[in-house]
Amino acid sequence: MAFAIQFVIDVLSLGGAYALMALGLVIIYGILRLVNFAYGELIMVAGYTMFLSSGSGLPWIVMAVLAVGMAVLFGILTDYVAFRPVRAKSVTAVLITSFAFSNLLQNAALLFISPRPRNVPLPDIFSQTVTIGGAITPVRNLITIAASIVLLAAVAFLMRKTTLGIAMRAAATNFTMARMLGVPANLIISSAFALSGFLAGVVGILWIGRIGTVVPGVGLEPLLVAFIATVIGGMRSLPGAVIGGFLLALIDTTLNYTLSQDLLKFRDAFTFSLVILILLWRPQGLIPGPASGQRT
Amino acid sequence: MLDIRDLSVSYGTIRAVRGISFTVGKGELVSLLGANGAGKSSTIKCIAGALKASGGSITLGGKDITSASPEQVVRAGLATVPETRDVFPDLTVAENLMLGAYIHRRDQAGNRENLERLHTLFPRLAERSHQPAGTLSGGEQQMLVIARALMSRPTVLLLDEPSLGLAPAIVERIFEMIETLKTSGLTILLVEQNVNQALAVADRAYVMRLGAIVTSGTANEIRATSDLSAHYLGG
Ligand SMILES: Nc1ncnc2c1ncn2[C@@H]1O[C@H](COP(=O)(O)OP(=O)(O)O)[C@@H](O)[C@H]1O
Ligand SMILES: [Mg+2]
Repeated sequence: MAFAIQFVIDVLSLGGAYALMALGLVIIYGILRLVNFAYGELIMVAGYTMFLSSGSGLPWIVMAVLAVGMAVLFGILTDYVAFRPVRAKSVTAVLITSFAFSNLLQNAALLFISPRPRNVPLPDIFSQTVTIGGAITPVRNLITIAASIVLLAAVAFLMRKTTLGIAMRAAATNFTMARMLGVPANLIISSAFALSGFLAGVVGILWIGRIGTVVPGVGLEPLLVAFIATVIGGMRSLPGAVIGGFLLALIDTTLNYTLSQDLLKFRDAFTFSLVILILLWRPQGLIPGPASGQRT
Repeated sequence: MLDIRDLSVSYGTIRAVRGISFTVGKGELVSLLGANGAGKSSTIKCIAGALKASGGSITLGGKDITSASPEQVVRAGLATVPETRDVFPDLTVAENLMLGAYIHRRDQAGNRENLERLHTLFPRLAERSHQPAGTLSGGEQQMLVIARALMSRPTVLLLDEPSLGLAPAIVERIFEMIETLKTSGLTILLVEQNVNQALAVADRAYVMRLGAIVTSGTANEIRATSDLSAHYLGG
């Protein structure tokens, strides 16, 4: 029983983090049909904001809000620096500029901060554990689960019930048509980047909270995770991204529990093999998303 | 109301529209006819701001909208129903209509009033309000796209082949509805392949061929003087 509870909590907390990462990536992809390679750096920005504000004596929660705010700001900045100037030109141009922006941010962190890990302030609660049904569980896993439930519900509400959210969903299926109804392209795209930055910021704090330190390359794994999760779930579907995130967490956690010590270092190879199998079965991902929709 | 001067549209080296000029007067219903590939849809998309003009000018109510973005064009009072019948399939009928009123989103009372009016014009849409638009039949989707365009309260409406691929009974209903809109004083530019039905509702018409306007006149003149089948069958 304790084992089962442990397993479920592990899957849900990892899955919640993965789902939020994937959602942040797919919100941009759905509208622009472009992968934002600088997405991982938004997580890095959140981490370094925490590090830089750690000496300030501010309460932790204020630093966390500041970190999320910076991630939102840099999300919007990504749009202005990497996407907007070349958006109308070609897909390749945008891929290159978003890759370049990612590199620029990483190198700025290397140059102005340090290549070595920097400690991030964490509240005591992040290192405490509780016992649930005999399973010893880190409280931060429960915080991650709670945060992902709240955020997924908030994003669902935004996308289903608000004019901005409905306009974003419309823009994701047919951008030109949405514009012909008066939905301003720039507002929609900037909102998507802001939302993406918000999710990256929150997930960044939770993610970095697992290790307690930030390095310039901290965003690489979340970017990869988000990318795989969205590919599994269907690149253009928001629910698909969430399902993909949880499925990937289920695969990773199951392998963690079942693989022997020798094989565990090949865990990613097993994960990718399973991902390939899923894609052979469902090439469009689990939830293909709306049929129409051209890149604009 | 709508004034097109020497308009050209190109796709790379393909010149789809070659310097055409025409006007649509206030409250008029003008039809743009022509065979497949004549350049009608390119003209419509260009007026709507979805395609850049490579030459010429577009004036709406005295205002130059040649290089306006799609969102600026609809705010200037011109709504477009593209030939691709672009409903947002995952959104409900009500949500589709709500987005049609995006530019009036601060005027909810006005939108409700407008929606009620449109629901009497299209009772089927009222019944299907909470259904995803992708589950509607082709005819219903066409009604939805037209109703959605009207939610922006336009002064000019562009309709690109609203009868395309629909059953005769539904085509009949669409044309009745176009007449109703015309009677209400709306200025309409109607692109059609259904020549006889288009000329039955139109005040005037222009016939396009290979990107140029080859004939123009009142509906009666067009019927009487030009050999339409020649232009239509590409002869
Ligand atoms: N996206 C496009 N790219 C290249 N050529 C196009 C494109 N759209 C239309 N054309 C060409 O432009 C010409 C006019 O097409 P169109 O405006 O759709 O005509 P119509 O609506 O009268 O059938 C055709 O020769 C067509 O092949
Ligand atoms: Mg056409």
